Amino acid sequence: MATLDILYFAWVRELIGRDDDQVERPAPDSTVADLIDMLASRGGGYAEALGDKERLRAALDQHFVVLDTPIGQARELAIFPPVTGG
Amino acid sequence: MKQVSVQAEDFDVAAELSALEQVGGGGVASFTGIVRGENDLTALELQHYPAMTAPQVERIVEEAMTRWPLLGVRVIHRVGRLSPGDRIVFVGTASRHRTAALESCAFLIDWLKSHAPFWKKEHFADRDPTWVEAKAEDEAKAYGWTK
Repeated sequence: MATLDILYFAWVRELIGRDDDQVERPAPDSTVADLIDMLASRGGGYAEALGDKERLRAALDQHFVVLDTPIGQARELAIFPPVTGG
Repeated sequence: MKQVSVQAEDFDVAAELSALEQVGGGGVASFTGIVRGENDLTALELQHYPAMTAPQVERIVEEAMTRWPLLGVRVIHRVGRLSPGDRIVFVGTASRHRTAALESCAFLIDWLKSHAPFWKKEHFADRDPTWVEAKAEDEAKAYGWTK
C-alpha cells in the first residue's frame, strides 16, 4: 500500500495533538484541499485545526503548494499556518 | 561564497561580516534580527520544518543570486527558544557594488519572513503563549519583489 506521510506544524500540530499521521495515498488527482477536508471530518482537534482552510498553507515533498494542487505521487504533505520567520 | 545555516546556537556577526569582506567585492550589506522584548515577552520559540527549511532557504538564496550579481551570501536563522535581546537571524551579502548588496539583503530578509517554513510562538510572564500571526504587509512586501 502506498502511503502518504502528513506533518503538522505550529498551532495545527497543537490543536490536533499529534506531530504527524500516515494515510493511504489518495487518488493522484485528489488535491491537498480534499485531503484536508477528509482529515477535518475526523472531528475533534482535526476539525478545529483544519476546519478553516483560509488559515492553512501546505507543502508537498518540501515545496510550498497552493491547496488546490493534486497530491499526485507525493510522499509527504505538511499542513501549517502562514509562516512567520525572519 | 554561499552558505546557509539553520541552528539553535548564536552566531558571531563580526566573524560573518569579516568572511564576506574577503570575497573580493566592493561592498557588504547585512541585516541582523533581534528578539524584541515588548509586551512582557519572556521567550520566543522558533519552530521549523527540518526537512524543508535549509533547502527552501537555499532556493531563496538562489533566487537572489539570479536577480543580483552577488559574490557572497550568508544566511543564518536560529531555531528553538530565544530570549529578548537575542540575535535571531542574519543576512549578509557581498557584491562589487552597493546597490546589489543592499537590495539583495532587503529581498532576502523579506523572503525569509514569507517564504521559509518557520513559525514563532511568543511566551509571556502572566498569560498563555500565542503563535505569531503572519502579517499581510509582510506577504505584500515579499510579492513587491516579484518582477
